[in-house]
Amino acid sequence: MKITLEHVTKKFPGRGRKRHEEVTAVSGFDFEFPDGKLVGLLGPSGCGKSTTLNLICGLIRPTEGRIRFGNDDVTELAPEHRGVGMVFQNYALYPHLTVKKNIMFPLENLKGEQKLSRAGMEERALEAARLVQIEPLMDRRPGELSGGQQQRVAIARALVKMPRVLLLDEPLSNLDARLRLQTREEIRRIQKQTGITTVFVTHDQDEAMSISDLIVVMKDGVVQQTGRPQDVYDDPVNLFVAQFLGTPPINVFRGSVRQGQLCIGDAPVLPIQGVPDQEVIAGIRPEGFVPDGSGPLCCKLDRVEVMGRDISVISSHECCQAPALRSIIHSELCVDLNSDTVRFSLKPDKVFLFQSKTQERIRFEAAGTQ
Amino acid sequence: MEKQINYKKIQKETELGSHVLHVLIYLFLIFWGLIVLFPFYWMVLTSVKSYSSYNAEYVPSFFTLSPTLQNYADAFTSVPLGRYLLNTLLFTVITTALMLAVIVLAAFAFARLDFRGKDLAFTLFLSLMMIPTELVVITNFTTVTDLGLRNTFTGLILPSVTSVFYIYLLRENFAQIPDELYYAAKVDGTPDLRYLRKVMLPICRPTLVTIVILKVIECWNSYVWPRLITDDPNYYLVSNGIQEIRENGFGRENIPAMMAAVVVISVPLILLFLVFRKKVMEGVARGGMKG
Amino acid sequence: MEKQNLKGWLYLLPAFLFLGAFMIYPLIDVFVYSFEEGYNSASQTFFGTGLYNYSYVLHDPYFLQAVKNTFILVVITVPLSTGLALLISLALSSIKPLRELFQTVYFLPYVTNTLAVGLVFMILFKKTAYSDGLVNLLLLRFGQGPVDFIDGPYWAKMFVLCFYTIWVVMPFKILILTSALASVDRVYYNAARVDGTSRFRIFTKITLPMISPMVFYLIITGFIGAFKAYSDAVALFGTNLNAAQMNTIVGYVYDMLYGDSGGYPSYASAAAVILFAIVLTITCINLLVSRKHVHYT
Repeated sequence: MKITLEHVTKKFPGRGRKRHEEVTAVSGFDFEFPDGKLVGLLGPSGCGKSTTLNLICGLIRPTEGRIRFGNDDVTELAPEHRGVGMVFQNYALYPHLTVKKNIMFPLENLKGEQKLSRAGMEERALEAARLVQIEPLMDRRPGELSGGQQQRVAIARALVKMPRVLLLDEPLSNLDARLRLQTREEIRRIQKQTGITTVFVTHDQDEAMSISDLIVVMKDGVVQQTGRPQDVYDDPVNLFVAQFLGTPPINVFRGSVRQGQLCIGDAPVLPIQGVPDQEVIAGIRPEGFVPDGSGPLCCKLDRVEVMGRDISVISSHECCQAPALRSIIHSELCVDLNSDTVRFSLKPDKVFLFQSKTQERIRFEAAGTQ
Repeated sequence: MEKQINYKKIQKETELGSHVLHVLIYLFLIFWGLIVLFPFYWMVLTSVKSYSSYNAEYVPSFFTLSPTLQNYADAFTSVPLGRYLLNTLLFTVITTALMLAVIVLAAFAFARLDFRGKDLAFTLFLSLMMIPTELVVITNFTTVTDLGLRNTFTGLILPSVTSVFYIYLLRENFAQIPDELYYAAKVDGTPDLRYLRKVMLPICRPTLVTIVILKVIECWNSYVWPRLITDDPNYYLVSNGIQEIRENGFGRENIPAMMAAVVVISVPLILLFLVFRKKVMEGVARGGMKG
Repeated sequence: MEKQNLKGWLYLLPAFLFLGAFMIYPLIDVFVYSFEEGYNSASQTFFGTGLYNYSYVLHDPYFLQAVKNTFILVVITVPLSTGLALLISLALSSIKPLRELFQTVYFLPYVTNTLAVGLVFMILFKKTAYSDGLVNLLLLRFGQGPVDFIDGPYWAKMFVLCFYTIWVVMPFKILILTSALASVDRVYYNAARVDGTSRFRIFTKITLPMISPMVFYLIITGFIGAFKAYSDAVALFGTNLNAAQMNTIVGYVYDMLYGDSGGYPSYASAAAVILFAIVLTITCINLLVSRKHVHYT
C-alpha cells in the first residue's frame, strides 16, 4: 500500500499570547511513500515530523491537501477506518492488561465479517508475539518488562491486526544506546519480513540513515529533501540537510569563489568550474580531507584521536564556523604530531558549496584534482 | 471507485454519530446544571416575593414583577439573624486561628525536629484520622457540660481546634522543603520559630490557604456540635439559627422571610468560593470530605 | 543534629492536649459508657457493667427504624451518586467549551449550608394548605399525585431524603472523578482510537480500570459518609426525626444524648459503637473487594 501526501498542510491555532496567530506545523507536504518500503521522517524536534505521522494516522486532520492510501482518499477518514498500526513514543501499553491482552486488544475491536473467534485471536496474538520474539512474556504486565521488551510488545500490538501501514513515533528514543542499536535492526527485520509500508519518525539521523529505504528530511514544517539515505548524504540540496546528516557533522567554512578557485581565507583550496565569483559557504565532510604536506588548506593542529581503523584529526581554522574542525582519515595516512599545523588537500566530491544568503546548494564541476 | 464511496459513507456516519452524541452530552450537562441551580434560583426568587403574594399563589410563579426587600428586613428584625451571623463569624475566625497555631506547631515538630518517640507519636496521630467524630461526641458533650461550658464560645470552639488531617497535610508539605534551608538558617543563628515564620510558612502558603478555606467552610456549616452544646439562641450559629427559624421562626409560616435568611446565610460561602474557585476545588480534591 | 526531645514535645503539646482531651479520652470513654448499665448523668452513678445497653438499643424500635433508614439510604445513594457522578465527569471531560462553567456550577452544593438549602428542598417538595408545592404541581402535569413528600408516606419521604443526599454529595464525587479522568494519559485513547476501539469499550477496558482506585476511594468514603447521614434528614424533616420515621443511626445517637428524649449517654454510646462496628465492617469488605478488582500501578 503506497501512501500519497498531496500538498498536506496543518495549521494549529496559536496559544497564550500568540492566540491570534496560526502556527503552521506542516506546510505543503508532497511525497509518495512507496509500497513496502521503510521510510524515515527525519528532522530536529519541532519540525513537524510527528504531526505528519499523526496526519497519516488520522489522529488529526490536515488543514489543506489530500492523503491517499493506494487509490483511496482517506483524508477525512477517522483512524480506526484507515487500517493503520501505530507504535507510540511511550508505547501506550495498557498498564492493567497483560502482554497477551494488550496484543489481543485491537483484535477484540473487530466487528462484522472481520470478527475472530477467541482461538483465532489467540493464534494471531501468538503469531505477532513470535514475530517480535516475546512469546515467553505473554502473561506479564507492561510494568514488569524492560524498555526494549515493551517496545516489542507495542510493535506486536500494532502488527496483530495486519495493518496496511505501520507507523512508529520515535520508536527508539526511550531505549538506552545498546538496545537502540539492537532494536533498530529488529525493526528493519520485522519490516522486511512483513513487507508492510512503514513510516517512522526520528530526530536521530544515524538511526534514519541506517535502516531506512528512503528518508524525508524536514525543517520548520517543510520537506527539505527526500531520497535514499546515501543519495541525500552525498548530494544535499542545502546547508541544513548537509549539516543534519552525518556523524561527525560536516565542517562549515566561510569562503569565496574567485576566478575558478574556492578560497578559504586567502588560500585557494580547490579549483572549481561554472561558478561566478561570490561569497560562499563551503561544507566539507570529515572524510573529505586528505593529509598532504603540500596541501592548500593549512590548519592549526589540536590533537589526534585514534579510533581503530580510522583516526580523527582535530584542528582549527579561523574560517571554520565551529571551534574544532574534525576530519577522519585512514589510519595508514600519517600526520606529524609534533607539528603545530597540519595541511590538507580536499576530495572535490566531499566539498559542497552553498549560497551565503539562501544557504541553497551551488553546484559546480570539479576541475580535476590537485 | 466503489470503495471510495464506501469510505465517505462510513465517515459521514461516524461524524453524524459524534454530532448527535455531542448534543446529547450538552443536554445532559445542562439538565444536571438546572437541578443544581434550581434550588438556588428558587430561594432567591422566593425571598423577594412579598408574604401576601407568595401565599396567594397556588401555582407558584417562576418570576416576580414586584420584587421586595421587605423579607430581608424581616429576617434581620423579627429573628436575631444578625446575631447568628456574628456568632458564626466569631466562631469561625477564632476556631480557624487557634487551629492554625496548633497544627503549625505540631506539623513543624513532626517535619523538622528530631526527638525521641516522634515516629510513635506520628503513627498514633495517623491512626486517629480514622476515628469518626460521632464516636467521641458523646463524651465531649458530657465533658463540656460537666465543665459548665454549655452556651459559651469556649465550649463551642474547644473540640474543633485540632484536626489530625490538616496536621498531616501540612507536615507533608513542610517535609518537602529541603533540609539545606534549615541548616543554612541554623548557621546564621536563626531561631526555630523565626525560621518557621520567615521561611516555612511563606513557602507553604498555598497549603495554608487551602487548609484555612476548608476549615472556614467546615465551621460555617457545622451543625451537630453547636446544636448539642447550645440551647440559648444568643449562642446559636447559622445552622442552628435556621433550624430555630424553621421551627419557631416568624410566628407564622413566613416562607419568603425564611428564604431571605437562607440567602443571607448562603451568600458568604458562595462568594468565598467564587473568589477562590481554583483554591477551593484544589483543596477539596486533596482531601476534603463534607461532614 | 542533636536530639531536641524537650523542644519537640513542647511543639506538640497543644495538639496533644486537645487531641487527648477531645479525642483519645472520649474514644476510650465511649466504650466504658457503653458497658455501664443504668448510668445516671445527674448523680454520675451506675448499677453495674454488662451488655444491657446494647441489648436495649438493639431492641429499641426507634433504633431499628434508624438502622433500616440508614441502610436504605446507603444502598440507594452510594451507587446512584457514584454512577451519576461518573457519567457527569465523563460528559464533562468530553467537552471543551463551557466546561469550567459547568464545573463551577456543579461544585456549588459543596459550599452551601446543608441545613439552609435543605429548607429550600423542603419547600419545593412540601404540600401545604396554600399550595401543593412545585414538585407536586409537576407531578400533576403527568397525572400523578399530589403526594406530601415531607409529612406523607414513608417512601415519598425516603425519596426526598435520597434525592437531597445525592444532590449534596455530588460535587465532591464529580470533582474527584473529573481530576481522575484528566490524569489518564491521552496517548492511551489515541492508541485505542487507532485500533478502532468503540467508545464503550474504551470506557470499560481503559478508562474504568485506570480510574478504578479513585472510584473505589469514592465508594468507600461514600459508604462512610452515608452511614453518618444526619443533617440532611434534619434539614428536611426537622429535629424530631423519630416522629417522622426518618431517623438515622447518628440521629438516634444524638437524640439519646440530648433533646426531648435525651439524657441517656450509655444508650447513645452503645448505638455509636454499633455504628462504628458497622462502618468498620463495610469498609473492610470494601477494601477486600477493591484489592481484587482495582488496578494499582
